[in-house]
Amino acid sequence: MDFDPEDLFRDDDDDPENEFYQGKESTKESVVYLVDASPRMFYPAANAEDEKSETPFHVAVNCISQALRTQIINSSYDEVTICFFNTREKRNLQDLNGVYVFNVLEREYLDRPTARLIKEFSSIEETFMSEIGSQYGIISGSRENSLYNALWVAQALLRKGSRKNVDKRILLFTNEDDPFGGIKGAAQKDMIRTTIQRAKDAQDLGISIELLPLSRPNDEFNISLFYADLIGLERDDLSLFIASAGDKLQDMTDQLRKRMFKKRKVRRITFSIANGISIELNSYALLRPTLPGVITWLDSVTNLPLKSERASFCADTGALMQEPAKRFHPYKNENVLFTMDELSEIKRVSTGHLHLLGFKPLSCLKDYHNLRPSTFVFPSDEEIVGSTCIFIALHRSMLRLRRFAVAFYGSSAHPQIVALIAQDEITSSSGQVEPPGMHMIYLPYSDDIRHPEEVHMAVDAETPRATDDQIKKAMVILKRVDLKDFSVCQFANPALQRHYAVLQALALGEDEMPDAKDETAPDEEGLARPGIVNALEDFKVAVYGENHDQEEAESAEKSSEASRKRKAIAETAVKESANYNWAELADNGKLKDLTVVELKYYLSAHNLPVAGKKEALISRILTHMGK
Amino acid sequence: MARNKVYLDFQISFFFPFKGSNQRCHLSCLKFGNRSIFSREALVLLLDVGPSMHNLLPEIEKVCSMLVQKKLIYNKSDEVGIVLFGSEDTDNALTKEVGGYEHVVVLRHIKVIDGDMVDALQKLPRGTACGDFLDAIVVGMDMLIKKFGPTNKGKQRLCLITNAQYPTKEPFEGTKEDQIDTISAQMKTHGMRLDCIIVRGKLTGAANKKIMDENDLLLNRFSKKTISKSVYVESPTSLYGALRTRNISPVTIFRGDLELSPSMKIKVWVYKKTSEEKFPTLKRYSDKAPSNDRFATHEVKVDIEYKSLENPNKVVPPEQRIKGYRYGPQVVPISSAEWEAVKFKPEKSVKLLGFTDASNVMRHYYMKDVNVFIPEPGNAKAILAVSSLVRAMKEMNKVAILRCVWRQGQGSVVIGVLTPNISSLDNIPDSFYFNVLPFAEDVREFQFPSFNNFPPSWQPNEQQQEAADNFVRMLDLAPSGKEEALQPDFTPNPVLEVILGLQFFYHLLCLFGMVSFMMSFCIQRFYHFLELKSKQPDADVPPLDRTLKRVAEPDPELLSQNQSVIANFRNKFELKENPKKKKSSRLLWREKRSASDEGEKDAEDVPDVQSVKLIGNSSKMKVEEIGDLNPVQDFEAMMARRDSSEWVSKAIRNMKVLISDLLDSSCEGNHYDKAMECLVALRRGCILEQEPKEFNQFMQELSKKCKEKNLKRFWELLISKHVTLISKEEAIDSDVADNEAKRFLVKTELTSE
Repeated sequence: MDFDPEDLFRDDDDDPENEFYQGKESTKESVVYLVDASPRMFYPAANAEDEKSETPFHVAVNCISQALRTQIINSSYDEVTICFFNTREKRNLQDLNGVYVFNVLEREYLDRPTARLIKEFSSIEETFMSEIGSQYGIISGSRENSLYNALWVAQALLRKGSRKNVDKRILLFTNEDDPFGGIKGAAQKDMIRTTIQRAKDAQDLGISIELLPLSRPNDEFNISLFYADLIGLERDDLSLFIASAGDKLQDMTDQLRKRMFKKRKVRRITFSIANGISIELNSYALLRPTLPGVITWLDSVTNLPLKSERASFCADTGALMQEPAKRFHPYKNENVLFTMDELSEIKRVSTGHLHLLGFKPLSCLKDYHNLRPSTFVFPSDEEIVGSTCIFIALHRSMLRLRRFAVAFYGSSAHPQIVALIAQDEITSSSGQVEPPGMHMIYLPYSDDIRHPEEVHMAVDAETPRATDDQIKKAMVILKRVDLKDFSVCQFANPALQRHYAVLQALALGEDEMPDAKDETAPDEEGLARPGIVNALEDFKVAVYGENHDQEEAESAEKSSEASRKRKAIAETAVKESANYNWAELADNGKLKDLTVVELKYYLSAHNLPVAGKKEALISRILTHMGK
Repeated sequence: MARNKVYLDFQISFFFPFKGSNQRCHLSCLKFGNRSIFSREALVLLLDVGPSMHNLLPEIEKVCSMLVQKKLIYNKSDEVGIVLFGSEDTDNALTKEVGGYEHVVVLRHIKVIDGDMVDALQKLPRGTACGDFLDAIVVGMDMLIKKFGPTNKGKQRLCLITNAQYPTKEPFEGTKEDQIDTISAQMKTHGMRLDCIIVRGKLTGAANKKIMDENDLLLNRFSKKTISKSVYVESPTSLYGALRTRNISPVTIFRGDLELSPSMKIKVWVYKKTSEEKFPTLKRYSDKAPSNDRFATHEVKVDIEYKSLENPNKVVPPEQRIKGYRYGPQVVPISSAEWEAVKFKPEKSVKLLGFTDASNVMRHYYMKDVNVFIPEPGNAKAILAVSSLVRAMKEMNKVAILRCVWRQGQGSVVIGVLTPNISSLDNIPDSFYFNVLPFAEDVREFQFPSFNNFPPSWQPNEQQQEAADNFVRMLDLAPSGKEEALQPDFTPNPVLEVILGLQFFYHLLCLFGMVSFMMSFCIQRFYHFLELKSKQPDADVPPLDRTLKRVAEPDPELLSQNQSVIANFRNKFELKENPKKKKSSRLLWREKRSASDEGEKDAEDVPDVQSVKLIGNSSKMKVEEIGDLNPVQDFEAMMARRDSSEWVSKAIRNMKVLISDLLDSSCEGNHYDKAMECLVALRRGCILEQEPKEFNQFMQELSKKCKEKNLKRFWELLISKHVTLISKEEAIDSDVADNEAKRFLVKTELTSE
């Protein structure tokens, strides 16, 4: 039986069906980075604004190296090849001229990126000229066509893996907008034709080709000369492409290191709206806390992975046992036993449907009605035609009437009442910010809500409330310290980024520990602006009174009763403690003859914890004396 | 009959020579007492069993017995006493000692809970007198004082359940208010808490508004001098939520400064506001201990050993293990010491990043359970500072963004949003709610198509939109002037409340026509089974109760009120199964089919349709043979059985035999129609299950049979209904082309002539 009865009683967190932790990539990506290595790539870009004048080659290498560092964390199952063309040396399976596939030990040409690949590639510029060399590959008079060769090599490499599961891409870095410009007549036409045909073939095989144009020494990269045809751009897209190409490079370099998840639905839900109306929804996990990767235990001597083995023992007899066949639960001072069969029998009934119970105004959804990250639902007509139409109609009504739906979500292990909040689509220039659909918010039950504020209820008197003046002062602060463009996920998790950075440094053998920036620190400069400081000072005086700091200092000085008492105990302890020769007592093993009270004199006098049994106290004293 | 004032004074002086209470002592006891792990609560239930309560007593019995049952599992050493008032008899210590206090019965003295108490609570006697709740409170308080004296402060609770419809007696001297002040001062001295649950559902005719108002005032007066809370409930469901069945002592997760800036700080305490109640875990059972060992724990210990892959016999000691993290295909080892040296180590602090418009933080970004920030208790400055910020934020519709490190040494920071909470009670300070927000890494940017880009057939038209508007407006759970239904604060977790017979809880809900839940049947069943097994160890797993088979559905009353709106909504939209989708659609198809069947039925029996359907379905689920009474239903049920792949082929086989038999036994074609129905069902089933060959082969056999046995009329019937071979277009596995399938009938007919 493939059923695990523990399932039923486990926390939701480790439920294998659990929607929150199904983050496995179902598809992966294969990328070939094709880098032009012609001598032209090594001329510094003499851009007026850019004084640093890096060579385009350096820009490309840097960009790929950063992209790899990101990729190895975000989606380490992706496969990459780095391939130069217009090189002196050649290295490729087809033995074609002018194409050099860069690789390191223990790695196939198209394989997952490794720490070694990243490390060696990052320093490739030092050895490039001597080992690989740069050379124009397309020269008039010769039939050689290095661009054609490079595409061919890339295409051959990308043949690996099925078309269905793998997203295949060629990223082409070059600053030559007219590779066949130097050739004249029929030969030129012929070469252009065959090269474009080669690209088309690749695209027909499901390989997409992307171009990352690099700066040219003197003029703009003119995409319409040749590459528009190669990558299959329509006229209208041309201007758009130029605008976005620069961003793309920047994006690749600056990408945030985070694990990427392919879009996949968590499950299909049947949503019963009323008797006779059930529609189909798909749920998606748009927000889930990202954790540092899984820990693998290693043998610190060999650095080889360890395998864990569980052994069960009877707590009463110590006998080794097989996986016990029964479970029990104490109830009314007895153990009630269950067999696995009985548990699976109990489990056999469950429905996974979402049932609408009604609607409420949004104001009924309080800020404390939350337990877990929300789940996004989107309609589907895949199996029930008409679902989307009903969903859109309800969605619009809910938005317009400012209401949310209350529904019962009956997952087998965790039936819950949920709120469905309609979210309208929000788009910005960079694309979709909020997708249209509904967010399912898991509501707490009364058992889940606590009332800590009632613990400190004032008994005799009414509690003070702010006066209008105080509120006004607070409003000034609110206006001053305003995060205008706050967006919810603008901060990277500093702990996670540090984790990744440390991992990278250790894997690549970098000496320096990178100092990851903590974006979450408050803007101290901003807070020190006089306007804000004054507003805060006004508020402080309004609620705390004129002499708050002074009063605080005084009350700190005039230590509270409790601490005075503590001080008194410590003083007597020091005094009493001096009456004993502790070293001698310890040496003769006489400590155990003292009473606990006496032992505590020593501990209090030396500021040690006084909790625990007598043995614990003695051992603590001995440790402190260094014996 | 007047309450014996003399007694009150006597008690006070007897137990408390220092009459004025020592407030500090009491408060400190609250603070520290609550943090104790071994907090054993002493609870006295004060239950009104007077005539006007009779209709409510069944639920009160259930709620209270559930309370004790839950304690049996979670707080085994808690103590409970039961006092009834409004009863016919009188039996309490005070009446013996000082007289008075009639119609108050101590059903159970305060003692550690046991199973008998559950039984006692399940059959409360019905009273005949008009109970005086003040008498009951004094009796309950007296029980607690006699039992605990000055000890156990802060862990004593009186819980009064009444409808407060009868007048209280006039005291000998002073006013009722004075008396309440005396009582509540007493309660405060002893660190008692009073919870009043006042049931105000549909009023019985005799209710006297004036008396009830006076009683409400009296009960509210308790909260002036002692820790007391009154909750008014309208529905039995809320009754379940209002009686807090499990007591958790709150523990702060942070005490310190909320830093607006380096110079402006507010002292706050942070608690959890919501936290998911977890389920009891089953333990693994060891049967190794000898059966006569009464002290055996029967527990199973689990040891985990780490062994190297190369040498499986060698156990690697814990100190030789090192953690490794994946970096691409490699695993990078990092020792704890190394990690400690480089890891992110923020300082303990709670700092303001800034304020922003509430609309910038959408509700669905809240990530976790919720915290509450309260100003440091007793610190008037902090209370004022929080109060002014809360009110300013509310006024300007702003929220605050914070960066929090709760503890020193915590390896991560939390970014969250602070939202204002204006206190509704005079004696509770204003506070903030705090919700954790996601980091950039936590967001998965999936793209979804815009609704506007969908084809027009997917867009609702004007009438449809109007029907939806009405539907959303009318199916209202929070109508003005009535109690909001399903308010989380009063909606108990059905699974946790299940502990014992949830059947009756469920039954109750149905009875009162309030809200029904779909509970996790298996868990419910588990607790039901637990109770059964504790009484009878060899009990079988109970069959699913019929009432439990009903799934969640909205309040039937709400549905019947809005019949026309729902019917209109249903009629405006069309839903049908996607014919292209086959294999995986079986279950949905079934659900859909019965759903559309329902659509045709009268709305009168709406609430019951679904349960009937479900029971019907599940009985079908167990079909093992195709009978000739309802062959089509049996066939479909069998095809839908998922417990073994055998069923599909068996169903097809059986159906074929049945059709043949029907044709063979047919006399002048009297079974043709039935055979036809079966054949159509078989065809549909074969398409759904992707078994076209089975069907096509059968059709070939059938055509032969028709020729041989002279079943020409049946064949004509087939032609008239266009029942032919399954073509490739209908099921990919078929090797019959579309036009071939069309020709099949004609061709066969011609040759048969």
